[in-house]
Amino acid sequence: MRTLKFLLQKEFRQIFRDPAILRIIFIMPVIQLLVLPWAADYETKNIKLAVVDHDHSAYTRQLLNKITASGYFILNEYGSSYRQSLQQVENDKADLILEIPAHFEKDLVKEEKATLFMAINAINGVKANLGGSYLQKIIQDYNSEVRTEWIQFPRFSPETQIAVTSSNWFNPLMNYKYFMVPGILVILLTMVGTNLTAINIVKEKEIGTIEQINVTPIHKYTFILGKLLPFWLLGMIVLTLGLLIAYLFYGILPLGSFFTIYVFAAIYLFAVLGLGLLVSTYASNQQQAMLLSFFLMMIFILLGGLYTSIDSMPEWAQWITRFNPVSYFIEVMRMVVLKGSTLSDIRNYLYIMMGFALFFNGWAVISYRKRS
Amino acid sequence: MEKIITAHKLTKRFGDFTAVNQISFAIQKGEIFGFLGANGAGKTTAMRMLCGLSMPSSGEATVAGFDIYRENEKIKRSIGYMSQKFSLYDDLTVKENMRFYGGIYGMTDTFIRDKTASILEQLHLEKEGDKLVGSLPLGWKQKLAFSVAIFHDPPIVFLDEPTGGVDPVTRREFWSMIYQASAAGITIFVTTHYMDEAEYCNRVSIMVDGRIEALDTPAQLKQTYQAKSMDGVFLKLARKATRAAD
Repeated sequence: MRTLKFLLQKEFRQIFRDPAILRIIFIMPVIQLLVLPWAADYETKNIKLAVVDHDHSAYTRQLLNKITASGYFILNEYGSSYRQSLQQVENDKADLILEIPAHFEKDLVKEEKATLFMAINAINGVKANLGGSYLQKIIQDYNSEVRTEWIQFPRFSPETQIAVTSSNWFNPLMNYKYFMVPGILVILLTMVGTNLTAINIVKEKEIGTIEQINVTPIHKYTFILGKLLPFWLLGMIVLTLGLLIAYLFYGILPLGSFFTIYVFAAIYLFAVLGLGLLVSTYASNQQQAMLLSFFLMMIFILLGGLYTSIDSMPEWAQWITRFNPVSYFIEVMRMVVLKGSTLSDIRNYLYIMMGFALFFNGWAVISYRKRS
Repeated sequence: MEKIITAHKLTKRFGDFTAVNQISFAIQKGEIFGFLGANGAGKTTAMRMLCGLSMPSSGEATVAGFDIYRENEKIKRSIGYMSQKFSLYDDLTVKENMRFYGGIYGMTDTFIRDKTASILEQLHLEKEGDKLVGSLPLGWKQKLAFSVAIFHDPPIVFLDEPTGGVDPVTRREFWSMIYQASAAGITIFVTTHYMDEAEYCNRVSIMVDGRIEALDTPAQLKQTYQAKSMDGVFLKLARKATRAAD
């Protein structure tokens, strides 16, 4: 225990003497939490629309008014040549082309049926998808408006209409920040846990001090604990800082208790610190450690349910997410922050995370050898 | 005389490559033992096996009466080690480095305080005690590293090319520190490239291609190989080397 005291003393001195580490620890969370939630927004806005109008009627003007009034679309081009509009797409000046055929109004009035053509630029998949469905929805709305205008007595309506209204549970206004901020906080904690630990130990390998330590009678568990504890504490500080920013800038106060978050985070940090330790036992220099943790972070983030829902991934990808500690913490964070889940609700996640912590640390302890 | 380090057919192989090939020797307590050899001859590997940093492939050895296979953690209590790489923390002060290494060897706070004061006085570094090690010149760092290696008063100290890259004046001062430690009863196991330093040793061994080619007092070696200096002895032996330097 006394040895541990000397290790911790040395580690904290080095951490607080290194301005780069301090900057990473305190500025990185602030910047990321202040900038990323605004950019990582699923709502697609500012879709550039090109309209090819062969009709020029009152109805087309009404339709276009409705489309632009929705706020999602910017009418970038209004012309009468499809080819010209296509060129706009090629130059990335338009995302969607809506072609209104000649006699649109006449067909609609006389034959009660008209066809519109929509061409979507699918280079940006999300934008194309959402843009297309927004536009379709607006046209449908317009369609039913036109119907009610003609058919004065809806009870004689030849078609039954089902209207669906919905309410969003746990996040009534569908505020994406409520959803993203807890997730980004998890990523931050993971980065502090894995990268800083890995780089710290590999740095000792590089400068040769680890050999000086291996030649002392220090027990390897003591040494490892001496490395983990300081970064565990830093992780908890980053979490506190992050929760504070979430409250001050986004007004996010967890519906559940802070205690639940801290208990889970405490165990989670041991798991990711163990992973960092593992990276450090296999990397022989800081570049290798950086690349390896970068690779892991990419997988963690993209297969962690931060940006995309895990439920909509193919089954094999869903399997991978089960081995990703980040996915559990993101889910727990959202459950506690938005749904007010308690410790007993997240019990199973807690056990799984303990498993991760044991697995990574156990593996790291076994593969860390004082003698090669 | 009591034998404090013994090696019998000690061997280390890395795949097909035999870095250390069946070396045998015995070192007396209190001796200054010079371990010579060209770059890549296997000196550092041999030393790392004795310090418990590297697992031998075959052969036997004891250090301070402990077996290097089974009792390597006990060996670590009895030895000091100064590696080729400078191994103090640049971002800690002189005193903090001493406190740290003293602490992980389990020294008491009073012992650490007194020892730190006496080392700083001996090295005339009283004013530099609170300076970061990184800001000191290399010669001072090396002397400091040696002092830290014997901070816990071990019976044996291993020095791996301790004077590499150091100016002649500092090298001389360094060797006077080694003599002081030796006079205090510490056995010195030192590798070096400098043949004038070999003359300071009680006995030297010369390694060529992983084997010990010669082992004797400097005077005897010069006589056996009919050389005027240790330089001559070394050149005669090292010329036989077929292995490329690393």
